[in-house]
Amino acid sequence: MLLSLEDVRRTFGGVRAVDGVRFEVGAGEVHGLIGPNGAGKTTLLNLVSGLIRAEGGAISLDGRRIDRLPSHRIAALGITRTYQSIRLFPALTAADNVLVGEHLLRRDPLWKRMLFLPSVRSEERAAREKALHLLARVGLSERAGERAANLSYGEQRRVEIARALASEPRVLLLDEPTAGMNPAEVASIAALIRDLARRGHTVLLVEHNVKLVMDVCERITVLDFGKVIADGVPAAVAKDPAVVAAYLGAER
Amino acid sequence: MNSEALRDLWLTYQSTVAFIGLNGLLALSVYTTLACGQLSLGQAGFMALGAYTSTILTLHAHLPFPVVLAAGTLAPALLAVPLALPVLRLKGVFLAIATIGFGEVVRIFFVNLDYTNGALGLVAIPQRTRLWTIYAALAGALFVLWRIRGSRTGYALEAIREDEPAARTMGIHADAYKLAMMVLGAAFAGLAGALDAHFNFIVVPSSYSFARVVEMLVFAVVGGTAVFYGPVVGAAFLTLLPEVLREVGSRVGMQPGPLRLFVNGLVLLLVILFLPDGLASLPRRIRRRLEARRAAAHAP
Repeated sequence: MLLSLEDVRRTFGGVRAVDGVRFEVGAGEVHGLIGPNGAGKTTLLNLVSGLIRAEGGAISLDGRRIDRLPSHRIAALGITRTYQSIRLFPALTAADNVLVGEHLLRRDPLWKRMLFLPSVRSEERAAREKALHLLARVGLSERAGERAANLSYGEQRRVEIARALASEPRVLLLDEPTAGMNPAEVASIAALIRDLARRGHTVLLVEHNVKLVMDVCERITVLDFGKVIADGVPAAVAKDPAVVAAYLGAER
Repeated sequence: MNSEALRDLWLTYQSTVAFIGLNGLLALSVYTTLACGQLSLGQAGFMALGAYTSTILTLHAHLPFPVVLAAGTLAPALLAVPLALPVLRLKGVFLAIATIGFGEVVRIFFVNLDYTNGALGLVAIPQRTRLWTIYAALAGALFVLWRIRGSRTGYALEAIREDEPAARTMGIHADAYKLAMMVLGAAFAGLAGALDAHFNFIVVPSSYSFARVVEMLVFAVVGGTAVFYGPVVGAAFLTLLPEVLREVGSRVGMQPGPLRLFVNGLVLLLVILFLPDGLASLPRRIRRRLEARRAAAHAP
């Protein structure tokens, strides 16, 4: 298993936001993580990406423990993410945002640039071309030179995905990529995620849009009050009585 | 204008030209940490360390000037490392307060150091700094910042300034970059301190007070921090302004000192209100305004 979580725990004050969560994401899998509001989905992504520390349990990437590492090391090992509340670099253009995402892959050292070595210039050109290529992949070629702050909500989300893809991550974490979007925008994000799946990317998708998750995910984990209440293929999870109860309330 | 008058003019304003260069270098030292979003105000302390280190080496060890300058640059840069490690865990005003504290500690240390004559400071320092030395140092600093801009490092710094946690999750080792920029800023301030000491003959603790850092920060803000040369523009403008004001002040019967403070405050206020990206953004603004006007004129 590429990404595995074992008995992961985290509390905020007295609230057990993530309470003994255990599930695995296989290589090349699009794995959905759903649950009602406050179920602990975003907390879980923050734990995996190292923004907050787990209080117990283990998170491993390819068998290697990552739950004690700082977030830049976790990114270097191959996990990048997008944010529910978009966190682009607002003053930078769309292309430059994606260029920042290439940080881990670029090697051009500063001293070579100080000496105007031609190898640096070709590396820089390649990096920019790659950024433009990624923007084309998310359908934003014409907006490459626009400052992130001036982009529409849907466009910003897509730039974030392109930025996260720029480091060629082994696991991509998407935190509610369709939050606050209109149906047309949701359809374009769904197409984008399907495209990622087809290209063999491993994706952990946190999402409120259950239809989208059922549609694009191979496996789904359902959280409620910080605990895993169901885990399996979409068809099985949809019928699971515990899931139905969590979403619609238990039958009396 | 005959050659003698030109010579007089040059002699009168030579030191002003030198101070523009020195202040430019100091403004850049504040800019280096601002470039990655850190408001670090220990630059007067670093400047003092550069000035004292270089002066002691000149007066007591009689070392050649380039060696003295190198030591004056390196000493504060090295000290910036142990200072930055704990201090860079702080953000915003807390970082500002901690670094102001560092600057004051350095100043008070020299006030109480008998070896350097305490508050009286070191005098009769040979004048080794030439105008070209100052401007070579300034050009060097500008060159380094110019090459950083647009590089992998430059983008990492911008990302840290814009959103540090997001930058970290992109794999950017924010602490290392912040440390490096603090060291670079300390080196610039130390170099400026060493050059200043060997230009003005004298080194006294009172010239490295909190007011000095505020002055550097004002240079950077007035010039603008959106581009790397902005702080130098601000330093040049605010260093030249008192010279002009002296003329005006004497006509309206105002003392140059108070008038200078008043006008500096006014300039700062006007820039913050109407030119948030500083004086350096003025050409671009004017060009945009003209383009908009031209477009409006061509519109049917």
